[in-house]
Amino acid sequence: MIELVGLTKRYGEKLAVNNLTFTVRPGMVTGFLGPNGAGKSTTMRMMLGLDRPTAGDVRIDGIRYDRLRDPLRYIGALLDAKAVHGGRSAFNHLLCLAQSNGIPQRRVAEVLDTVGLTAVARKKAKGFSLGMGQRLGIAGALLGDPRILMFDEPVNGLDPEGIHWIRNLMKSLAAQGRTVFVSSHLMSEMALTADHLVVIGQGRLLADTSMADFIERNSRSYIRIRSPQRERLLDVLHDEGVTVIESGSGALEVDGGKAEQIGELVAQHQIVLHELSPQQASLEEAFMRLTAESVEYHAHADTPLEAPFEGRFEPRFERAPERQHWGEDWTRR
Amino acid sequence: MAATQVVRSEWTKIRSVASTVWTLSLAVVVTIALGMLITALSRHEFDRMSRQDRLTFDPTYISFAGMSLGQLAMIVFGVLVVSNEYSTGMIRTSLAAVPQRGTFLFSKIAVATGLALVVALATSFVAFFLGQAMLGAHRASIGDPHVLRAVIGGGIYMTLIAVFSMGVAAMLRSPMLSLGILMPFFFLISNILGNVDATKKIGRFLPDQAGSKIMQVVPRVGEDTAYGPWGGLGIMMLWAVAALAGGYVLLKKRDA
Repeated sequence: MIELVGLTKRYGEKLAVNNLTFTVRPGMVTGFLGPNGAGKSTTMRMMLGLDRPTAGDVRIDGIRYDRLRDPLRYIGALLDAKAVHGGRSAFNHLLCLAQSNGIPQRRVAEVLDTVGLTAVARKKAKGFSLGMGQRLGIAGALLGDPRILMFDEPVNGLDPEGIHWIRNLMKSLAAQGRTVFVSSHLMSEMALTADHLVVIGQGRLLADTSMADFIERNSRSYIRIRSPQRERLLDVLHDEGVTVIESGSGALEVDGGKAEQIGELVAQHQIVLHELSPQQASLEEAFMRLTAESVEYHAHADTPLEAPFEGRFEPRFERAPERQHWGEDWTRR
Repeated sequence: MAATQVVRSEWTKIRSVASTVWTLSLAVVVTIALGMLITALSRHEFDRMSRQDRLTFDPTYISFAGMSLGQLAMIVFGVLVVSNEYSTGMIRTSLAAVPQRGTFLFSKIAVATGLALVVALATSFVAFFLGQAMLGAHRASIGDPHVLRAVIGGGIYMTLIAVFSMGVAAMLRSPMLSLGILMPFFFLISNILGNVDATKKIGRFLPDQAGSKIMQVVPRVGEDTAYGPWGGLGIMMLWAVAALAGGYVLLKKRDA
């Protein structure tokens, strides 16, 4: 279990990570989602004690990272596949990590086998492709057989087979009861692997929810209708008590209805339709709207927020009252 | 986190990169070869020297002449041992494995210093004996007064050059910046400061000038230094300790 409490990192004027509080639980894959530059990597570096938080705290099973005895046995992390001395062989790279944490040497061969690098174990890491580098980084994370695993953008640079492999690996690690925390900037990737979602934008927590909940909340289904008899159609739908949203390009959108019902209704009134199609907003879209709002919110903090999707989407986060400093907010709470 | 684990790990690191082998080999070869060349030339020069020069001729010291160049390879060794963690990004992996930054840094320095000391002592002895062989009739013997001190001191001197470089690299992180400062400093600036009258007094307290006093057996005419051979080595050691302390403080404070 990883617990973050009020974690904050400030670089000069810029708040890279802003008062993050959430818990990563065992037995599931927790996706850490946010656009590039949202503060995911900074957060992960602070979780490993590499960067010092400006405020707040991270606990690994209740202990501060730098108080862990042999930390690789508690938590294994892949932060950056290039964080390797290129002149050192894969075997020696893993060996020096194992020795520093008192991990027996046979584990090196085991994890090399797990990630499929046994054949190149004695080759220098600088000759490795990005995908092989990722695998070496994952081998390092698995070395201490830790209960907690952390991966920063693990599928970057992997081929389809590699992506498939890492998805299955993460799922099986979680199924063994381990805590798996994985970052990505792609919602579609998370939708396939994560059971739980933590979404951040501009360093702030935007959502902390189960994947199923997020899908239910954010994947809006609606019916798109286009008709040359638009005014009549609107009257008919209005009389039936159907709420209609007029979207651009003259189409109408009906939330949560069934295409069959609407088709029968307009047939009764003999209205010509050019289109009657059920639509599903993608999760990617939902994620982009969620994070775009956070960007917008920051850019126009003093003007009323224009939220075109307000009401339809209910992002699960509390907004701080406007014109108030964020730091003040959490110290008061 | 047991320090012995980290020391073993650092030993694996240092023995598994090529730069260790080539920097140390270069230090050995250059120091010995240049020492032999200069002693051989001195032997031929000896008969043409002035009387005063002959009186102050120091066969031990001259056999270490190759160190002026060989120490540059030691600087590269010291700098690379520390800064390659930063230039490769390995530092993040290393500090995630060993979050106790003091244990990490000083285990690394201990391993690198131990290795440098073994290599430098061997180099010093070989440079001495081969140099004396070149000097023929003008040679010194290892049993002569102060000679053994000078030979062992030569090995410690080269080791401390490497340790000082490790400290500087721990502060600066970048290998290019560290080498760009250390190389010209030890090759040029220190010599200039030590030979210009106005700066001579300060120059004598620079690490290399103070430290190299240990290798002198025959005192130079008109030289009045404020410290003896061991005092000089002590001054050099203080420089190295200061550099390491600076490196440690910065490593503690900085984000990796």
